Order: sequence, then C-alpha cells, then structure tokens
Amino acid sequence: MSMTNATRTHYTFLRAHSGWRALDLAEFWRYRELLAFLALRELQVRYRQMALGAVWAIIQPLMTMVVFTVFFGYLGGFRAQSDKPYAVLTFCALLPWQLFANALTQSGNSLVANERLITKVYFPRLIIPVAPVVAGLVDFAIGLLVLLGMMLFYGLTPHWGILLLPAFVVFAVLAALAPGLWLSALNVEYRDVRATIPFLTQFWMFITPVAYPISIVPERWRTLYAVNPMVGVVEGFRWALLGATHPPLVPMLVSGAVTALMLIGGLYFFRRMEKTFADRV
Amino acid sequence: MSDIAIRVDALCKRYTIGRRYVRRTAREALMSALSAPIRLARRALRSHDDRGDEDETTLWALKDVTFEVKHGEVIGVIGRNGAGKSTLLRILSRITEPTSGEAEIFGRVGSLLEVGTGFHPDLTGRENIFLNGAILGMRRAEVSRKFDEIVAFAEVERFIDTPVKHYSSGMYTRLAFAVAAHLEPEILVVDEVLAVGDAEFQRKCLGRMGEVARQGRTILFVSHNMGSIQALCSRAILLSHGVMLVDADASATVKRYLSDAATKDQVSRPPSKNGDPTITGVSAHVQDSAESPCVLISVEITSARARPVSLDFRLFDGMANPVGCGCLGAWTEEEKLHLNTGKNRYEVELDTSQLAIGSYILSLDLTIPLVQFFDRLEHAVRFDVARPPRPGKQLALPQRWGYGSYELPVRRAASTAPLESGATTRVVPPFA
Repeated sequence: MSMTNATRTHYTFLRAHSGWRALDLAEFWRYRELLAFLALRELQVRYRQMALGAVWAIIQPLMTMVVFTVFFGYLGGFRAQSDKPYAVLTFCALLPWQLFANALTQSGNSLVANERLITKVYFPRLIIPVAPVVAGLVDFAIGLLVLLGMMLFYGLTPHWGILLLPAFVVFAVLAALAPGLWLSALNVEYRDVRATIPFLTQFWMFITPVAYPISIVPERWRTLYAVNPMVGVVEGFRWALLGATHPPLVPMLVSGAVTALMLIGGLYFFRRMEKTFADRV
Repeated sequence: MSDIAIRVDALCKRYTIGRRYVRRTAREALMSALSAPIRLARRALRSHDDRGDEDETTLWALKDVTFEVKHGEVIGVIGRNGAGKSTLLRILSRITEPTSGEAEIFGRVGSLLEVGTGFHPDLTGRENIFLNGAILGMRRAEVSRKFDEIVAFAEVERFIDTPVKHYSSGMYTRLAFAVAAHLEPEILVVDEVLAVGDAEFQRKCLGRMGEVARQGRTILFVSHNMGSIQALCSRAILLSHGVMLVDADASATVKRYLSDAATKDQVSRPPSKNGDPTITGVSAHVQDSAESPCVLISVEITSARARPVSLDFRLFDGMANPVGCGCLGAWTEEEKLHLNTGKNRYEVELDTSQLAIGSYILSLDLTIPLVQFFDRLEHAVRFDVARPPRPGKQLALPQRWGYGSYELPVRRAASTAPLESGATTRVVPPFA
C-alpha cells in the first residue's frame, strides 16, 4: 500500500514556540464538526433526565422578570421612565444578559471541566471555551420566541431595527467570549478564578441596565458607563426590538470598541497560554 | 526521505515540579495570596518556558531523544514508569510542546492515549460514538459509514440507545475501543490502552493492531507487556529517566530492558502527589530452605488516608513471560489490606516450592478491584530461585529447559491400586 500521496499532504512540524503566535483560524474551521459535537453534548447533557427539559431555558428569565417587575417596576417606580411596558423592557434585556452570563460562566470554567480532553487529545483548544457559547444560543432562541409572544400580547410591533438583531446577538456572544477566554486560560493555573466568576457575573449585572433603564444614568456619564460592553448590547437589543426613538450609537460604539480590544487581547493571551494547558490543568 | 514517517531530533521536555501549592503557614498563605496578582501579571507577560524560580525543581522527562520511524514500521516504546514514554507520545500527539528539539511527522496522525476520551455517561452509545469519533479526528460521514462495523465490533447492538452509564465496565471499554479501532490514520500512536479489559478483549485489540500493522500503517506503541511488544513490533526503543538507552530490534531491546530494569531485589519510590496510596518500597528475599522454600516480599505502601485496598502480585519469568498471579484482597473481602494514614509495611510469603530454578520478576498492582487503580509497579524486583530439589528427588526443574517455570505437582491418584498387589503389573521371570 502506497502512502506517498497522503504523506505529502500531511506534514507536522513540532517544536517549542515562544512569544506571541498568530491565530490559526483555518485550523479552527477544519475542526468545526468537533465544535458542533461538543456544543450538542452540552445541550444533550443539560436537558437529559429533566422533566421540564428545555422549558428551563425560559423559566429563569421569566421568573427574574416577574420579580424585577414587582420590585423595581412597581415598587421602585422605574415603570414610569418609559412608555413601553416595564416587563417587556426587562425581558428584552434579560435575554441577552442570560446569554452573556451563562456563556461567560461556562466558558470561564470550560478548560478545567474538560481536563481529560485536553490532556489526551489534540485539537485547537479554542473550541473548548467556544462550545458552551454556541450551546447557549439555543436557549437564547427559545427565549426569543417567548419575547416575541409577549410583544404580540402587549401589541408592540417590531420596527426595521429587528433586522439588525442577529448582529446584536453576535455582539453579546463576543462580549461574553472576550472575558471568557481570559478567565478560562487563567483558570487553568489559578483555580481562584472559579470562585470569582459567580461574584463577577452578579456584580456585572448591577452595572448593566437590566433592572433599570439607562435613563437613570446622568447623560454626561453614559460614555464612561458604556465601557461595560453589556451596556451597548442591552441598549442595542431594546432599540432593535422595541424601537426607542433613536439608536444608542455612542454606547454601542464605546462598548463595541472595548469588546474588540478585550477579544483580540483574549485570543492572543489564550493562544499564548494554550501550549502549556495540558501540563498545568 | 519520503519513506520516513516520524523523525525525532534531540527532543527535550522539562517539567517544573512546583512547590507553589504547598503552603506551610497562614502567613505564607496570606503573603502568597497578596502577591498572586503580581505573580500572575509577571507570568502572563513572560514566556512560559524560561521560568526558573529558585524554589522550584526541574525534571527532564525527555532528554535529547533522537530516532526515526519509517513508513509501515511498528515500533515499540518501553521503559519503567516515569521513563518518559507518555511524554514522548504527548509531544508527538501535539498535546504538549517540547522544551527544545524538534519532531517532524509525515502523514496523518491518530493518537490513542486513552480509550473513551470525551465519553459522557448520560449520552447513549450512539451519541458517544459520534462524539468520540469527532474527538479522535474522524469526520461525521466517516463515522456514519463505519457505524455498524463499530457497533458489531463492540458487541453492544442491543444497548446502542441506552446511556452508557448503564453499561457494564466491559461493554463500556469495548465500545470505547471499537471507535478508536476504526480510526484510520497513516500513523497510529498508541499508549497502553490494552491494559484495560479482559483477556478476550485484549486478544481482540492486539488482533486489530496486527491488522492495522499489516495494512502498512506506521504504529508507535507503548506497552509494559513484553509479550505483545515482541509479537507486534519489529523494532523497539528503551527509555530510562528521559534518555533513550537502546534503539534496536524488539527482542534485543526487551532483553536489555529486563536485565536493566529488574536487576535489583529492592526498589523505593516517592509517594504520589495526589495522596493516592502508592507502593513506596518493595524488596524480595529468597528463603531457599528444603522444607518450605519461599520468597519473602516486603511491601511499603504510603497513603494519605486510611482505606482498604487489594494488592496483586504478578509473577514473570526472566524473559517477562507471565507465570502466575496472586491477590491479597481482590477475591475475598477478608484479605483486603486496611491501610492506615502514612507508611504501612506488609510482609508477604510466596511459596516457591513449585517454581522452576531460574530468575523471576515481580510486578505489583494496588487497586480497589474493578473500581479504582491506584498504583502499578511494573517489573519491580527480581529474585532467583535456586532451591534444592525437594526431599526424595534428585533434580529440580530449571527454567532453561524451556519446559515452563512452574513444576506441575503430579502424583499418583489415591484410587490407583498399589503396585505390590500385582493386579496391574505382572512381573514375568525371564527364564521361567
């Protein structure tokens, strides 16, 4: 049996690398089936042996919405800040928030949770923190159907901005992946990260306009406020779905720039650290 | 040049055995916690490979290893625990990078460092086959095409849609290996996956490996089983403490390994870092008395916590052919060793009255049978049986006759009538 043809097509050169390395996105693409299978595993495992199954994907944001509506909307008086129903405004923010928070938590813990894979098989390590983010999109899609139902119920018709919704979903995913990459790589060495993540997401929610409208933040502080990428994401969602008077350009630009910086930094940091994951995890 | 499959050149791998997580006092712990952000920032900015903190010791898992493998060659890698075999496979599988040196691989590599990597207990057999296939680098279409074959090989047809957590451990292992066995790379890198499973399964695995080898594929194969190394490999390399000692044909390398590895009648090792029970010392002393010849084996086991374990002894002859196996605790609950925290010493007597004259090698395993594997000490100590012939005999069977290492305890059945009765043996006088 002749192997010469195959021999010429596959060639691997192994040596020590030091310093920064370029991303190998072509290789990442070659492994897309593995990414799909790992995301699928995430979903299959999550909903197996659950009586309610995927209903859980909407129970959490719905219950949070009810609590927020009662305490912040009615008792806190935020209801009066907008002409749109407070419940819908909140749910519209909770969806990207849940997508973000779950993605951040799971990708942050992903490398440590998949220690066996990392120490036994080679594949682009980037797949590990990305897979749970992809899986989270399914939960998000289910929640989105509920939101559209609520909008129908309240008689709100989406405007043309809804066409940009996919872009905002990608924005939310990247905003989660950016810190997720940093945290997952750091988690390999410092398990302190695992303890930090729940606190971090909780803290992050308070500085994001989920329970309250952005209007309570004084105008001159809004640009600084938007350094939190989720400000741009949440405001973008509210604009795209519910159509506020004008698109929140400044917060979106600031949030977008911060996300891009963190993401590129995260990708390179991850790439730099990945060669020692198997030795350290 | 085109007939080379793997070229390894001066490969080195250094590990740092850190003491970072050993914190002695609360003050040290606090100081360490306070300085963590600084360390973290420093480490993140510096290259990982030239860290050389003074309180850390380094270990060379591989040192200047150089060899070549031709296409279609089946090459064995042998050596004691910690010799660097797994590190070599991990580098060739791209799981970790070498510290220095380089390796070139010409062809698609499939590596099998463990069976069932990524298997999830909650997923069904079918789902796990596809997931595991993807993890091992197979395309979805490829797995679909081979699906029936994989299921048949694993003999799990009836349970293919049952979550694998309900599988017996045998079924689980068979399924896991079946997926791996259908990987068709040009170069196969295999760690000791054959150590799992029953004899029938091992036979099947070895058969499959032989098949793959006959198809002209290149195999790099790590094993402690000298029999399968000699059966499968044309060539073998011997590693010891990260250094390549021998690169020769398989039987010569095995011979060297055996004479090298087990010339001592006692060994001692450090306890494992994770606190699992470890065999930290073994020695064998032969008592060649005519009445009750035996070998006195003393074993020292260090454990971080008290627990019952089973200690298994596997005996090999001087050429590493298996002779027999004996267990303390694997088959009866009463014989289990109840370890205390810290060092435990046990003295075990092994009756040698039926053993042929010659040298023997002993391997030890520390397990909770069928549940957990704590430690394995392969070809740990060697001892020589030179006992005198049993009372009333003139000779004792020597190994070198090649009749085996175990003298069968034959004697006449009690029901046979004694010769004196004359019923079975007629003595005919010659000149009657």
